[in-house]
Amino acid sequence: MKLGYYPGCTLKTKAANLEKAAMASLDHLGVEYKELSRWNCCGAVFSLTDDDLIHQVAPVRNLIRAAQEGCDTVVTICSQCYNTLARANKLVRDDEEKRDTLNRFMDEEPDYNGEVEVVHYLSLLRDQVGWEKLREAVTNPLDGLKVAPFYGCTLVRPEEVAIDAVDQEILEGFIAALGADPAAFSAARECCGSYQMIAHPEEGMNRAAKVIGAANRSEADALILSCPMCEYNLGTRQGDVVAAHDGLSQVPTYYFTQLLGVALGLDPELCRLDLNGPAAQELFVDKNFIAAATV
Amino acid sequence: MDTATLTEEVAAKTIPIYIMGKRYEVPETLTIMKAMEHSGYQYIRGCGCRGGICGACATVYRKAGDYKIYTGLACQTVVEPEMYLTQIPFYPANRASYDFESAKPTAETIYELYPELFRCVACNSCTKVCPMDVEVLDYISALKRGDITAAAEISFDCIQCGLCASRCMGEMAQYHMAQVARRIQGGKIAPKAEHLEKMCGDIDAGTFTDVLEAAKVMTEDELKKVYTEREMEPHMGADEWAPASNHGLA
Repeated sequence: MKLGYYPGCTLKTKAANLEKAAMASLDHLGVEYKELSRWNCCGAVFSLTDDDLIHQVAPVRNLIRAAQEGCDTVVTICSQCYNTLARANKLVRDDEEKRDTLNRFMDEEPDYNGEVEVVHYLSLLRDQVGWEKLREAVTNPLDGLKVAPFYGCTLVRPEEVAIDAVDQEILEGFIAALGADPAAFSAARECCGSYQMIAHPEEGMNRAAKVIGAANRSEADALILSCPMCEYNLGTRQGDVVAAHDGLSQVPTYYFTQLLGVALGLDPELCRLDLNGPAAQELFVDKNFIAAATV
Repeated sequence: MDTATLTEEVAAKTIPIYIMGKRYEVPETLTIMKAMEHSGYQYIRGCGCRGGICGACATVYRKAGDYKIYTGLACQTVVEPEMYLTQIPFYPANRASYDFESAKPTAETIYELYPELFRCVACNSCTKVCPMDVEVLDYISALKRGDITAAAEISFDCIQCGLCASRCMGEMAQYHMAQVARRIQGGKIAPKAEHLEKMCGDIDAGTFTDVLEAAKVMTEDELKKVYTEREMEPHMGADEWAPASNHGLA
């Protein structure tokens, strides 16, 4: 397998705490990859309009770039990028007519026929590294940390690109491999509030409140995420959500890759917990996962 | 000798081109700009440096039997038979004004000035139409992910002809965004050239004023003498060679 890494825009700006620990962990685990040297925005949201092929150009062009760099597989970490790239790839593979139109439109690029496989980082960990090997690589097990796994929408919908079936519980397997305890969390596959947080704040907040409330009921110490938009709604805006709804209490949020980096004993500075706010850092210090001086 | 009296043997072969749809026979050796002048057009605008640098003479053309859009600078591109062309000397593109001194060296500065940046769908029409072969989509993509340095470097050859803006389905003015990126890169991100700052300070402090004032009142012969007698580094000079006098440069 020749593995390419597609970062996505947000990981290079606001979500360095999603990227840094992830890539350092791959190095640590001995997984070889090459960050794509040329790429554009993934398209951000997969277009559902039948006759709107122009919005497939961005994701497909990225897959062409990956093929040009000799990659047969592309891994990405952001849930939204994964969803957009994987669905565009499926469209190219399944719909000969649309594939032909896209190839004709991008006549300055080599033809693309779905040669590249798109995988999410969690799938790569499970299928290439394996939970057992990951468990063995953990030097700083997250003992006694109860973690609510939040999939959100785009890792598991639609079914054709879902990184696992409902009963496979990939995030739960990941949490257990790090030595932490997955919480029984009823809102794991709910919507975080998405763009409604900006477009229709009240509805967006209600959605986010549902997720925070379920995390509270599960008695989780932490909520883990894989998507910068989920982080904005459930992390950055959590104070507003909790303040606007009775009976909610705050729960520290992390990207799943930060837990991975800490459990593998990587330099805590790489994990960029400073971007998560003080509660996230304090919890890890309290649990003795990191030293107080490192944050 | 007047062109009209040239014999057939020495005159360049002529070829047909179409300027705004009308056919002209022009010598095959001419650039588009000279061919237009040869055909009777007189440049008031759309012609600047004639050296391929000012971006005033962007030209769009097609070739018979070919669906592709081609572009070039009229002053640099040699005519081809059956070329259908027109110049696009100006294309409307709004430029946002901002205060450079207070502008933060972050991508948000550019996002606030040009929020339409996020209308890009990566169609790549901008790159395809660029007569300077700038990877326009790549610098727009770099800006979207906040990489001002990459955007500045990728857009370095831009001559601001505006053809990218003419083809953009997101109705963006890419080249204005790139210019903000290059200014921020040069003024606020790239390391400062300390020796240059020192030299500018020396100039302001009058270090070279006397030498310059003396040169200004010299006769031509005196100037020539000073010039030819100046101390020069030997062609095979050792690495440690230094002039006997720096005339205030030290």
